[in-house]
Amino acid sequence: MAEELRIVLRHLGKIDPMNIDDYLKAGGYQALKKARGMSPMDVIEEVKKSGLRGRGGAGFSTGQKWLFAHRMEADEKYVVCNADEGEPGTYKDRVIMENDPHSVLEGMAICAHAIGASKGYIYCRGEYPDLAKTLKNAVDQAKDKGVLGHFDIEVRLGAGAYVCGEETALIESLEGQRGEPRYRPPYPPVSGLWQKPTIVNNVETFANIAPIIEKGSAWFAGIGAAKFPGTKVLTLTGDVKNRTFIEVPTDTTIRDVIFEFGQGIAGNKKFKAVQIGGTSGGFIPETLLDTPIDFDSMRQTGATLGSGAVFVLDQDRDIVDVVTRITQFFEHESCGKCAPCREGTMRMRRIMEKINTGHGNKKDIALLERLGRVMAGACLCGLGQAAPTPVITTINNFSTDYETRLV
Amino acid sequence: MVNVKINGIQVAVPENATILQAAEAAGVKIPTLCHHPDQAIKANCRICVCEVEGLALLQAACSTPVWDGMVVKTNSPAVLEARKTILELILAHHPQDCLNCIRNQNCELQTLAEAYQIRENPFEHITRGLPRDTSTPSLVRDPEKCILCRRCEYACSEIQTVNALGLENRGHHAMVVPALGKDLAESPCIMCGQCIHACPVGAIHEKEEINELLAAIADPDKIVVTQMAPAVRLAIGEEVSLPTGAMDMHVLVGALKQIGFDYVLHTNFTADLTIMEEGHELLKRVKEGGKLPMFTSCSPGWINFCETYYPDLLDNLSTCKSPQQMFGALVKTYWAEKMQIDPAKIYSVSIMPCTAKKYEANRPEMNSSGYQDVDLVLTTRELGRLFRMTGLDFTKVQPGKFDSWMGAYTGAAVIFGATGGVMEAALRTVYEVVTGKTLEDVNFTFARGMEGIKEAEIDLNGLKVKVAIAHGLGNARKVMDQVRAGTSPYHFIEIMACPGGCIGGGGQPITKSNVKREERIKAIYSEDAGLPLRKSHDNPEVQQLYKEFLHEPLGHKSHELLHTHYTPKNKKFL
Ligand SMILES: Cc1cc2nc3c(=O)[nH]c(=O)nc-3n(C[C@H](O)[C@H](O)[C@H](O)COP(=O)(O)O)c2cc1C
Ligand code: SF4
Ligand code: SF4
Ligand code: FES
Repeated sequence: MAEELRIVLRHLGKIDPMNIDDYLKAGGYQALKKARGMSPMDVIEEVKKSGLRGRGGAGFSTGQKWLFAHRMEADEKYVVCNADEGEPGTYKDRVIMENDPHSVLEGMAICAHAIGASKGYIYCRGEYPDLAKTLKNAVDQAKDKGVLGHFDIEVRLGAGAYVCGEETALIESLEGQRGEPRYRPPYPPVSGLWQKPTIVNNVETFANIAPIIEKGSAWFAGIGAAKFPGTKVLTLTGDVKNRTFIEVPTDTTIRDVIFEFGQGIAGNKKFKAVQIGGTSGGFIPETLLDTPIDFDSMRQTGATLGSGAVFVLDQDRDIVDVVTRITQFFEHESCGKCAPCREGTMRMRRIMEKINTGHGNKKDIALLERLGRVMAGACLCGLGQAAPTPVITTINNFSTDYETRLV
Repeated sequence: MVNVKINGIQVAVPENATILQAAEAAGVKIPTLCHHPDQAIKANCRICVCEVEGLALLQAACSTPVWDGMVVKTNSPAVLEARKTILELILAHHPQDCLNCIRNQNCELQTLAEAYQIRENPFEHITRGLPRDTSTPSLVRDPEKCILCRRCEYACSEIQTVNALGLENRGHHAMVVPALGKDLAESPCIMCGQCIHACPVGAIHEKEEINELLAAIADPDKIVVTQMAPAVRLAIGEEVSLPTGAMDMHVLVGALKQIGFDYVLHTNFTADLTIMEEGHELLKRVKEGGKLPMFTSCSPGWINFCETYYPDLLDNLSTCKSPQQMFGALVKTYWAEKMQIDPAKIYSVSIMPCTAKKYEANRPEMNSSGYQDVDLVLTTRELGRLFRMTGLDFTKVQPGKFDSWMGAYTGAAVIFGATGGVMEAALRTVYEVVTGKTLEDVNFTFARGMEGIKEAEIDLNGLKVKVAIAHGLGNARKVMDQVRAGTSPYHFIEIMACPGGCIGGGGQPITKSNVKREERIKAIYSEDAGLPLRKSHDNPEVQQLYKEFLHEPLGHKSHELLHTHYTPKNKKFL
């Protein structure tokens, strides 16, 4: 039987998140102390060797990212925690911050030491105002205790747009501009907030840092999948019996996630599909359920791990209808900056509606496929690049659902 | 230098070059829409995407820097598919009425649609149904045609620092709108028309008034008299397939007469007159402790800007009207008298490189002749259209002559069309007035060229005058902030709203880069160099005007006809 392994949720239910003393008693801020006794390069080396990769969706090596920022000469650098969590069906960052805000602050402070930053921001989702209070309380207490030293953290409430979770749009938003992605390169570690070297990491990524420094990179690298080690917090939604959040090693299979932790399909129905990684995630059929959830294995199937949202669909779900709704979401969330996404998301929605209402034909499918290729390759940011994934993966994996709708 | 392979062609380019620049070096043209050579990178249209070996995603050529050993394909099947699809997406959401569009045959989108063989668009054609904004006398915005490249926004906010345009809404509802979502007339827009040059399509253009002109010409009761600004001749050739500067002045006069203008006069005449008035005003201010630094006042976009953003500094503006308005006031008084024509019958037309001049002519105070001083302003582009409409063959048009009393000019007037020209012209005259000596070398070369802010100290027989020249309102703002802060070292500042001066005006042939502006500037100084008279005070008709009518610079009549006052624009957004 597969089991949970709690690293980022290590203090869940064990400490009072509003009281820093609880965190300190549990060994909190010891890793920061240890890191500050190490050279920045040694800290980065340790994070690199741990194999930790970003938990915000892109799966980039965290140590490598820090190294880029570390190497830059600049009078100021910034550490930004991406707590925008706008992905429908995802609430893992909220669970982490609600229950253990200091683990995130500690991770940020270690990062600040590693890259040479003295200012940090937590960009908290606009719909989480209570959470922002918890975070501010944590920052105040940490300042009072003096554990953060010269590192200052400010909590900012997000602007409410999904795209503001994209790191460069987030930076623009922090600067007070319209939340629109920037072109890259240069990437934020080279030129980010106010053109200064900036690390943007996800909440869960930061929450992994203190344990890695404390227990060592070898310990972490030995957990889960070799190339994407550690654990992943997943949120189970849709037609599973046990709609919950779990933290599991990254070599856990999708099947175990749904049928062990999720206790299978609700209402004794049959499994139809699972969408993993949030709204832009791919739809996975029964035949691929033995895929481990790690980033690369998921990628190989044309799907994504993304934020770790697991949306399960039973046999009665209408896939074409579900995907049509998703295209409405992207049409609505496109920021409008780049042409292929601005126009493409609108077209995808229109064509999907045409098919969904029984007016589509084979040509429409071919057009969706072309549009999908072009958007995935040419859009300015991840939103437009990933928006076609649900459409394309369902056309590939659930073709009969479409064919029965065509005229 | 780094080595890059573009479609198999090896090129060496500077380290910080983009793929777009490397491709150009390799002789490969990559299509662009949002890219503009004088603006920051935007990378939002994605039409320039290319394949780069080793990268999974296509890369925007305009924004992606090269690295040593980079291998780029600009025409692979995936690239062509992406470009064509993006074009189809844009076109399916864009009006399909190229034939009715002001930018027909001069549109970057249309050119690409042709090149990429857009025939049957698989995407259903839909329109947004956005209304045109015709609220100003100068500009028309047609948001329906906007492709959201945001070049206009950049021109307005970064180059001109006017901030009249911004983005509203998201996704496919996004649109460029005047500040606060109001009409352009209620925005801080100063009518310079630089957004027109920035726009790749027909989403912003001049308010066209050719029909009004044709009606006036056809009206037997109207005597149609025209003036023409110095920057027009330089650029009008571009509208009729001639090289920049190649249109002969007298052929141009002949053409205007052929079209049906009754009298052809020249704004250059009042440019020389402006120097007489403004030069003396400067000396008066210096001698009598008047408000300094004094700013030039011949650029109406600049006047709008000053009234909007620097209402506290209006007293620093020269009270001289612009040459266009001096001309307007004189043609219905002095000239009408000399010609024994009833001023009520005169229809005074001005051909200008400028969209703000349309606004200026409509200012309520511009009626000192007892009539509206200037009845109609056409831009250089509209004149070009008129020439094409009337089918003139410029290899055969017979040269004509300027009509009397207000047609003579000097080189000093000609250079008004370029940034620094008014300064140089003023110095040529002021020098001789102050020193009483003949200025042997009339070339004040410090004043010339595209540098944003130019400055110098001029020694006038011991009287040291510090001067500065700014063009483009972003540069003007820097100089103005100094004045506001009380730290400006200057006595006299020339400001032109448009980059390059009038040769880059909002009414000129669509100007895609400063390279073209520099070409026009070159042509303007060679015209000046070739003229027998190069100092405004040597203009015989100006001398005659003073003798017979005005009597002296800054005199009573001048005050009445040639000078004006300014009013703060208390716009709500400020
Ligand atoms: C449309 C869009 C939305 C995103 N939203 C989030 C988000 O809510 N939280 C997050 O951590 N990353 C989000 N990302 C990913 C970030 O751009 C970025 O990759 C991440 O914050 C980097 O952190 P990591 O390396 O720790 O994963 C989003 C990306 C895109 C394209
Ligand atoms: S891909 Fe979409 S969300 Fe991203 S920049 Fe382009 S329009 Fe904006
Ligand atoms: S109006 Fe023209 S320049 Fe401005 S964004 Fe639209 S297409 Fe671009
Ligand atoms: S020209 Fe490169 S993205 Fe527009």
